[in-house]
Amino acid sequence: MLDISAGRSRYIFRDRLIQLLIYTAVFFVSAVFIWILADLVRGGISHLSWNFLIDSPRDAGRTGGIGSILVSTILILLVALVVALPLAWTTAVLLAEFVPVTSQFGTMVRYSLQVLAGVPSIVFGLFGNAFFSIYLGLGFSILSGGLTLACMLLPILVSTAEAGLRAVPDTYRMSAAALGMSRTATLFHLLLPAAVPALAAGLLLGIGRAIAETAALLFTSGYVERMPGSLLDSGRALALHIFDLSMNVPGGDAPAYASALVLVILLLVINIFSMKLAFGLQSKRIMPA
Amino acid sequence: MTWLKHSIMFPSVFTDKLLRWVLRSGAVVSALVMAMIMLFLLVESWPVFQHLSLTRFITDSSWHPLEDAYNLMPMLSGTLFASIGALFLAIPLGIASAIFIVYYASPRSALLYRRLIELLAGIPSVVFGFWGLTTLVPLINQFHPPGASLLAGILVLTLMILPTIALTAYAAFSAVPNEYMRSAAALGLSRWGMIYGVVFPAARTGIVAGVILAAGRALGETMAVLMVAGNVVQHAESLFDPIRTLAANIALEMAYAMGDHRSVLFVSGLMLMLLVMTLSGLAGWLGKNRYA
Repeated sequence: MLDISAGRSRYIFRDRLIQLLIYTAVFFVSAVFIWILADLVRGGISHLSWNFLIDSPRDAGRTGGIGSILVSTILILLVALVVALPLAWTTAVLLAEFVPVTSQFGTMVRYSLQVLAGVPSIVFGLFGNAFFSIYLGLGFSILSGGLTLACMLLPILVSTAEAGLRAVPDTYRMSAAALGMSRTATLFHLLLPAAVPALAAGLLLGIGRAIAETAALLFTSGYVERMPGSLLDSGRALALHIFDLSMNVPGGDAPAYASALVLVILLLVINIFSMKLAFGLQSKRIMPA
Repeated sequence: MTWLKHSIMFPSVFTDKLLRWVLRSGAVVSALVMAMIMLFLLVESWPVFQHLSLTRFITDSSWHPLEDAYNLMPMLSGTLFASIGALFLAIPLGIASAIFIVYYASPRSALLYRRLIELLAGIPSVVFGFWGLTTLVPLINQFHPPGASLLAGILVLTLMILPTIALTAYAAFSAVPNEYMRSAAALGLSRWGMIYGVVFPAARTGIVAGVILAAGRALGETMAVLMVAGNVVQHAESLFDPIRTLAANIALEMAYAMGDHRSVLFVSGLMLMLLVMTLSGLAGWLGKNRYA
């Protein structure tokens, strides 16, 4: 008996120690997260104002605001979404509804997207520069930046939409077939409406990914900080603006902090919304028609 | 009730066929994107393959692209050191985070902490880089100048890949069947005994797949490392030496690179992509053979 209880107290000690280590790690991670946010708020809040959001940058961004930068960011994002969404959603519908999981075509498309998801963003930048900017002659422009981002968003948009469609219960499809509905009608009247939360969550995720991107835009949408006049003008995205201010502009720290704060707040809001959508999706699988 | 027919049904045979074609062409375009990327990387790096032998990337005296010296090894070592260092820190922290969420936290704090990790995953790399530049680098500089160093790169990378590891490990732990826990508890295993002896073996492949995914992300990360690592082309001798990674090199020199220099940058991009592709292929394979 003595042996066993001695052994037990050793185990209890070991368990306590490991629990302590785990709590320390968790505390450490949370502390760093709060440290980063606090730093950004402390550095940026004094510089942040309505005028900062709508003014154009002056003196390489040291003074003025980020008005034109925000416009460029939104334009790049819009181009990316307009191109990527139709492609991604048609691909997802095909993969989820029209080809068997084991079919060769389906496997090939899925594999290619899986590889695409792992490509580092700087490689997208290289490709965008070689293909859109030079080969297609779009130059450093919002259009070539947006198209590059569209390639980058494809995998995440496809996989979220496909998962959303697969989560629609099979009874929907069978009832529709029993009613003699065509597959097109089933898709537009039943499956897509039922998958809307998943599509929206994927869309938000994609938007978050897109406005966080820097490396892919470096040699595609360019550095020009003027208000863009057309999609063929170069336009500087918000993330790139932060990069440029902190690396290349001495004394650009205060506006860089404020821009980073704007970017992080935007992303937090977007991510929280997409979490809410995904959570709602989990809690009620079957949508009211 | 014939009107119902018209409002619900599209003229069946024709639209179904049309839809199928539309979907098919969309999917083909999506699949072609990857092929196009491969093609353009190869085309752009072709001049180098044609008249430079590949051994020159290893044997050249240094990286001075304007003087025809293309030694990529210092940058490869920088990339590997930074990634391995970051994995070394992020694996324990990430797995501990996942264990905390699944086995230690109350439901409320588990949800809170999971949300925090998910939000951490959403912070853009340029913000991590900026924070590292304004906070970490000066801090390291106080202990050991110059501050912009391998260590700063490792720390920033750690923060960026930690969520990947934590979230995949969390998914792997949640997938361990509940009967395992109940049996372990019935055998009188302590909490850590249960985690170490039952959960780890059952969740091993999932965790490894997550770690490989994170490694791929660390290898390809550009902006954050570029901003904090100092970007000196050299083999690091200590944690406090500045380094330059392959991805950072592309971002730094692409703007003015011409001719062979540009092609070499595309070659390094190709190398990076092949590395990451191998890793993600490995992760996918592990995920598929989980129960084999």
